Amino acid sequence: MTAPIIQLTDIRKSFGPVEVLKGVTMDLVPGRVSALVGDNGAGKSTLIKGLSGAQPYDTGNVVIDGVKTTLSSPRDAAHHGIEVVYQDLALAENLDIVQNMFLGRESTHNGMVDGAEMELQASSTLASLSVRTIKSVRQKVSSLSGGQRQTVAIARAVLQKARVVILDEPTAALGVAQTEQVLQLVRRLADAGVAVLIVSHNLADVFKVADHINVLYLGSMVASLETTETNYNDVIGYITGIKTQEVSA
Amino acid sequence: MSTTEGKEKNTVSPPNPLLTTPTTLIGSGHDGTVRDQFRAWIQRIRGGEMGMLPALGGFLVLVILFSVLSPFFLSPINLANLLTQTAALAMLAIALTFVILLAEIDLSAGVTGGVGMASWILLVNKVHVPWGLALLIAFAIGAVIGSFIGYFVAKVGIPSFVVTLGLFLGFQGLNLVLLGDGGLYRVETPEVLAIMSNNLQGWQGWVLAAIIIMITFFTGLYDRRRRQKVGVAVRPFPLLLAKTAAWAAFALIAVGLLNQNRSTSIIQISGVPIVVPLAIAVLWVGTVVLDRTRFGLHLYAVGGNPEAARRAGINVARVRIAAFMICSTLAVMSGLFSASQTGTIEPTAGKDIVLQGVAAAVVGGVSLFGGRGKIIQAAVGALVISSITNGLGLLGLPAGITFLVTGGVLVLAATVDAVSRRRSGSSSLARG
Repeated sequence: MTAPIIQLTDIRKSFGPVEVLKGVTMDLVPGRVSALVGDNGAGKSTLIKGLSGAQPYDTGNVVIDGVKTTLSSPRDAAHHGIEVVYQDLALAENLDIVQNMFLGRESTHNGMVDGAEMELQASSTLASLSVRTIKSVRQKVSSLSGGQRQTVAIARAVLQKARVVILDEPTAALGVAQTEQVLQLVRRLADAGVAVLIVSHNLADVFKVADHINVLYLGSMVASLETTETNYNDVIGYITGIKTQEVSA
Repeated sequence: MSTTEGKEKNTVSPPNPLLTTPTTLIGSGHDGTVRDQFRAWIQRIRGGEMGMLPALGGFLVLVILFSVLSPFFLSPINLANLLTQTAALAMLAIALTFVILLAEIDLSAGVTGGVGMASWILLVNKVHVPWGLALLIAFAIGAVIGSFIGYFVAKVGIPSFVVTLGLFLGFQGLNLVLLGDGGLYRVETPEVLAIMSNNLQGWQGWVLAAIIIMITFFTGLYDRRRRQKVGVAVRPFPLLLAKTAAWAAFALIAVGLLNQNRSTSIIQISGVPIVVPLAIAVLWVGTVVLDRTRFGLHLYAVGGNPEAARRAGINVARVRIAAFMICSTLAVMSGLFSASQTGTIEPTAGKDIVLQGVAAAVVGGVSLFGGRGKIIQAAVGALVISSITNGLGLLGLPAGITFLVTGGVLVLAATVDAVSRRRSGSSSLARG
């Protein structure tokens, strides 16, 4: 098996007296789609926020490329190639696709924003993800559908040479066809060697796209399963706390 | 300290294979024939991206209407009057656009101009500072006021409406304190008076027109070359020629009209008022900043979605403060134009003009919701508003009618904005 890019061991995080993460262990491996599932309040968001650097963990080991690291700011995370695509996507609707994909990291030429170069890179990134539904990269994001917006947000992560892409509920607001498109995109992303972590409530999507499923229950990683070796009912059992499995690091 | 034993280190980041796959590019709106471009443009307009079209159309309608109703409207003297009447308002509308783009407002912009000019006249008259240096100090005072507003809005978190309403009231008082109750100073610096009352010589006007034409053409050419070099689609060349021709026609006709003698007495008065090249220079620099710099892009991003901007690593507070600083500094420029026009500096200066400035920006198509609009639109909006005042004045209608019409136009413009916003939102749903 390929060496994981990120290994989390014994991650803990408390908010005051409330222990939200109670020693979580998880690996993210290049070329694989891992899913993170769990009921509301299980600690999924807290786990992701730690990886994104937005809300550092209290204790525990974060090992990236075999080296122990701390992720104390979003900049740290970006430096390690970790990109998070949040559920609300964080796109500026009044800007076009190119401007959104480069927001905050625009390339310049003679001190001015280099629209041509950015356009070329944005366009080839989208094309390499086999995105066919977008007509023009100079469309305003306000004119895009939900699935297309998700695509732009993912493409932005790819453009930043992300090695780890974390998707927070990527299909929550999408219709059937658009969900299909986004899941295909997620698959292509992993096939290209990116470690993908998908956080979702939708088990059908998870089973369709994920290679590996991690289940959080009240702050503990109660199961870490290969998708091929488990089934729907088992996963639901773990999510609801009816079943438990000891996860070894 | 490494906690992994026996696992190979993978510290070299592999090149992202996604980015090296050869593929065909997605369109950019620059590809296709003139006809495709035209069709795409129509589609954008129908999708609600109208830009300055409504304002420009409105302006043309007004020009035609007033020139039919009053033969005097298109006369060179009235055109020159219209331009000088518009200058201060247009400058204020341009200033306000920088904060309106952030969905903020600066109610104190007008009186900030007043404070700047009050300081200027005191420096010149009482301290005997050279007028140019005093002007620089006045602009600096504007910038400081702007940073003050920006600090309270961006760092303390008070709505800009409240902060600037406070300053609007406070600065009226400050102006009274500075200039004394009922104190009215006459501007005696000839250079400052010249801005509004003197004109470029005939040939200078033509040079101005030539500069406008060349800037249009060569910026277009530069962008084209850059795109070709990078290897992305370029628009058909005739489009650039057409754009240049449109600007050329506009500039040449305007200069031609203004270069005619507009005096009713024996002394000749002709030429482009000096305020015009000044305003155009500010307009051009401002447009370059907004359209082509990272700061400009970030300003639009913060106006469109502050949270997205923040997550993209943009220093949102800094962008906000900078926008207020630009607004207040340009507001002093607007105050300068007013002072030059009236020849006086008084404590109440700038009190009434600020809401007209907001109206001008909105009429021009700058969205109060933030993130949409250009400063040239604000300038066109100012032209619309002052041609209403000017035209109705020529027709001898009472001032009450002027206010009513201006108000109606403002509501109409705001409606166009709201509807086009809704349309650009709903078209996205329709495409789903």
